[in-house]
Amino acid sequence: MARPRKSTPIRVLIAKPGLDGHDRGAKVVARALRDAGFEVIYAGLRQTPEEIVRAALEEDVDLIGLSILSGAHMALFPRVLTLLKKEKAGGIPVFAGGIIPDEDARRLKKAGIRAIFGPGTSLEEIVTTAQRLARSAA
Amino acid sequence: MKRDVPVPPAARAILRGDRRALARVISQIEDRDPAVAPVTRALYSHAGHPPIVGVTGPLGVGKSSLINLIVARLREGGRTVAIVAVDPSSPYSGGSVLGDRIRFDRRHDDSGVFFRSMASRGEVGGLAAATREVARVLGAAGFDVVLVETVGSGQVDIAVRDVATTSIVVVVPHLGDEVQTLKAGLFEIADIFCVNKSDLPGTELARRDLTELVGMGRNRSGWAARVVSTSTLADPPVGIDELWSAVEAHERFLDEAGRRTTEERRRLAAEIIELVREKVGRELSERLEHDRELRALLEDVVERRIDPRSAADRLERSLPRRR
Repeated sequence: MARPRKSTPIRVLIAKPGLDGHDRGAKVVARALRDAGFEVIYAGLRQTPEEIVRAALEEDVDLIGLSILSGAHMALFPRVLTLLKKEKAGGIPVFAGGIIPDEDARRLKKAGIRAIFGPGTSLEEIVTTAQRLARSAA
Repeated sequence: MKRDVPVPPAARAILRGDRRALARVISQIEDRDPAVAPVTRALYSHAGHPPIVGVTGPLGVGKSSLINLIVARLREGGRTVAIVAVDPSSPYSGGSVLGDRIRFDRRHDDSGVFFRSMASRGEVGGLAAATREVARVLGAAGFDVVLVETVGSGQVDIAVRDVATTSIVVVVPHLGDEVQTLKAGLFEIADIFCVNKSDLPGTELARRDLTELVGMGRNRSGWAARVVSTSTLADPPVGIDELWSAVEAHERFLDEAGRRTTEERRRLAAEIIELVREKVGRELSERLEHDRELRALLEDVVERRIDPRSAADRLERSLPRRR
């Protein structure tokens, strides 16, 4: 469904799947996106893939950002993508950040995660990528 | 493209209980997308009259935690509930962080609950109109109760009165000056005062203070606000039943002697005026930007050849008369 998105803010869900409690990164990214004019729905810690997808649909977001440092990304990220497809919402771009080995990152990208940011990525790069992903989906 | 279909597909989907369609239409309302008009028009007669309960109060008093417990209580009673949580947009970037979902319990992950965050996007009057439209769409989607959470600062407080059928103002003990500043508009806003964090010392004092204040009068509809204290932290939580009973008492009060209609009429009048104001305002600012004659008028004001009020009169006269 086409929506006039030019003048309206991009809505993004930032969520942390998995059981680690390290949410500093997610919060810093949330804040950077806010400062770039995004409406950030911050879902917080320990979200199941089901909860993440449900939040994304209820909030009608343009974009989903996942942060994980527990190492469970290979199980949880594909699950989010599968659930989104099941809900016919596979068009919502998903990006991710955290501690994700290069080999895993390659496989996750193949599975449909649109961008993966490791430690040391500049906020500017994250913001620009998020803007580009949201625009490509609109 | 068919333009004159009586019930647009999106409206039909919402009436069927399609959550995705509901979420999208809410976005369109937020975006002030004119394309949503046929949908909200078709849904209007289906909106029903669910209680719309506003929860407002200063930052950090526990509004989200209270809402979480109210939802649990309503679900235990088998009632469906939609939550609209409004957070401010940054006046600088236009962005916002909407964090009210964090407090939301995963127990509520069932189809009887719908949670939506909204950014204020900087327009207080327009926000009230949009929130009311969203609440009606939620009513049409079949929710028994709609909860609206707003950050209670300044004008947003007043806006909640334009949206909610029952307004809860949440405070905590030792709020001191905060309560003092709230007092000015308190009678206009609160149907119920909730002193949250009653596990803290000073609760009795705050309660007494508010009860005294309430004893001084009734609000416009003749209701004397109730004072309830709660603790969301206690295990089990304290006062939630009492709080919800107060909401129900106020809703019953509205049903007596046609007060609900009187109140609704007042809100609808405000909403219609706000919608016209938004529309005309948009039209005028566009013309002021693009119309050469009106730009010259602005120059005249800048150069102090005429005053702003006279310019406004002229601008208003330039509006096309429609009938």
